[in-house]
Amino acid sequence: MSQYNTHLLVCAGTGCHSSESSLVYEMLRDEIMRKGLDKDVQIIRTGCFGFCEKGPIVKILPDNTFYTQVKPADAKEIVDEHIIKGRKVTRLLYTDPETAEHILDSRHMGFYKKQLRIALRNCGIIDPENIDESIARDAYQALGKVLTGLTPQETTEVIKKSGLRGRGGAGFPTGLKWEFTARNKAVQKYVVCNADEGDPGAFMDRSILEGDPHSVLEAMAICGYCIGATKGLIYIRAEYPMAIKRLKIAIAQARELGLLGEHIFGTGFCFDISLKYGAGAFVCGEETALIHSMEGKRGEPSSKPPFPAQCGYLGKPTCVNNVETFANIPVIILRGADWFSGIGTEKSKGTKVFALAGKINNVGLIEVPMGTTLREIIFEIGGGVKNGKKFKAVQTGGPSGGCLTEKHLDTPIDYESLLAAGSMMGSGGMIVLDEDDCMVSVAKFYLDFIVEESCGKCAPCRIGNKRLYETLERITAGKGVQEDIEKLKNLGSVIKDTSLCGLGQTAPNPVLSTLGNFMEEYMEHVHDKKCRSGQCRNLLYYVISEENCIGCMACKRVCPTHAISGEKREVHQINQDICIKCGACMEKCQFDAISLQNDYPRVTVMANC
Amino acid sequence: MDGIKTLADLKKKQEEVRSRIDLRNRAESPESIVQVKVAMATCGIASGAKEVMEYFVEELDKRSIDAVVTQTGCMGYCFAEPTVEITMPGKEPMVFGYVNARKADEIIERYIKEGELVDGIIPQNYNTI
Repeated sequence: MSQYNTHLLVCAGTGCHSSESSLVYEMLRDEIMRKGLDKDVQIIRTGCFGFCEKGPIVKILPDNTFYTQVKPADAKEIVDEHIIKGRKVTRLLYTDPETAEHILDSRHMGFYKKQLRIALRNCGIIDPENIDESIARDAYQALGKVLTGLTPQETTEVIKKSGLRGRGGAGFPTGLKWEFTARNKAVQKYVVCNADEGDPGAFMDRSILEGDPHSVLEAMAICGYCIGATKGLIYIRAEYPMAIKRLKIAIAQARELGLLGEHIFGTGFCFDISLKYGAGAFVCGEETALIHSMEGKRGEPSSKPPFPAQCGYLGKPTCVNNVETFANIPVIILRGADWFSGIGTEKSKGTKVFALAGKINNVGLIEVPMGTTLREIIFEIGGGVKNGKKFKAVQTGGPSGGCLTEKHLDTPIDYESLLAAGSMMGSGGMIVLDEDDCMVSVAKFYLDFIVEESCGKCAPCRIGNKRLYETLERITAGKGVQEDIEKLKNLGSVIKDTSLCGLGQTAPNPVLSTLGNFMEEYMEHVHDKKCRSGQCRNLLYYVISEENCIGCMACKRVCPTHAISGEKREVHQINQDICIKCGACMEKCQFDAISLQNDYPRVTVMANC
Repeated sequence: MDGIKTLADLKKKQEEVRSRIDLRNRAESPESIVQVKVAMATCGIASGAKEVMEYFVEELDKRSIDAVVTQTGCMGYCFAEPTVEITMPGKEPMVFGYVNARKADEIIERYIKEGELVDGIIPQNYNTI
């Protein structure tokens, strides 16, 4: 077997793919062929490196060179300079934003320093379309160990002892779920992998499936062994074409080697996996709705009990786990429950993958031990807020979560502490907001999403959220009154208490948490008709500056509503009550006297009254 | 491709394929293994650094020494090219000059395997910040 002395890893996750990483890969491959280096240099496409902000990423081993924002045209220079002459292409290296120095070795990047990658252990290291590389990194060893040496009960016990909890959001102990499903006797049971990732801005599950599909397949088989199921189903949204493609390849390769199918490892255990496509409805991430959708019915939740563990897919006991939960299983089996439970906090063990997005320098995918603080994630790993702006809040848990502020930054992250702070773990989306974001608009954005995604089965969610949304719309339009605030609070808690499923029960969270943490902003919108961050267009005002206005009447002439008053060579004024904010005056003014501001001199208005 | 029928089959298969990604496994913790850096600037390449590097890669593998061989830029000792810097786990880096295949063999056998110092060491005569 030939030995390569240099490995070129090109990120082929969806993020980098959309910035032409596949073309980068082809150019590098062709250049290597042309220079006759194909015996020495191996080039592969990997899953996500996590550093999506600066993609496409090309990493060169053995010296851990981390090239960012590589363009297809850079391929020749990388091969000529780095591979042949051994000189790093400095302009493509990652530059530390603090010291402005080029980082030669990716292990010294602040982004990776505090991370502990368990679920993402193979992402960015192996070629996900080659089962050999997965096997070289211990794939299917855990399945072999379990099938040949442990009973289903013993295996479930390991998972229970490890303290692993569902990574989809609610945090139910995984081992218990397996035990409940195992207890229900039936001819046929099902293992379902929930890959219906729906939170805006979240891409943890997609990245795992794209970067390391075998870890999920292996874990599903282990789960099947524990609960007594022979069939596994992955419910994945059709809008993840690359993840689907890699899963299909992975399943075919595993079948070919006999790692899925009949009599795995020469034992009596048979297990096979197939894919089910979802149409991308947020509510189908809820397990009962997911099961209905798989059965070909409408994607609507049903009330529990009965739990899927008793009566799930096609009426049979079904165990539904999230992608990230599954990705943790093989490592727990191989390294032991004690190793896993040694990581994290008292009640939340292990690590959590987060997708960092929003106004943050290092947008990307990270994995940190439970108990890491928000400050460490945002300022050390994430590199702080973009453009030196001031941090305002971080939205965690997607539409079901809430906004946390400055005062929560030092909270160690785990399921309980996030709930206590008024948000939730959720699936792991983390959106950073800065001083330019209006919290009322943020709440409105999530409500808009919920209204779109509500399945409409129960009234509180279908009608209540719509009313919440309308109230927020009124407030951002400058038509809010004090009663609206009370209404938001009351209606929000009613929806929380009376909705049928998790979607509805958590839908008002973005409103309630912003009300709790940013009441003064709501008050400003309602009483002062002011939006401090200038996001709400209806709360912006055209104002004429006394210094610059020469009284030329140009603006007065173009104003369609005659809102501008003032005589020739006198400073003009805009009557905000009749101004329709068309902007015609600002366009006409040649002296930069008219500007758009989030407040206007009210004293004069009062005097006019 | 043969199927995997037992756990032993899987272990065997893993042994077969593991070396293919060794380089990637090692990249995470280069301090724990021998690091060989070959100066491959214009001066080094002109004096035969490429052949020396290939020699190290092949021989270390043949002699089953866990090592990572990389290239670096000019170390400044252009008079003594090809130059090679060797870092043994837990030790200070050591730079050897005028390295050809014979010298490389000596370095592997005596310095890397036995820890003995061999001729040709270029003492570090500068400080970096």
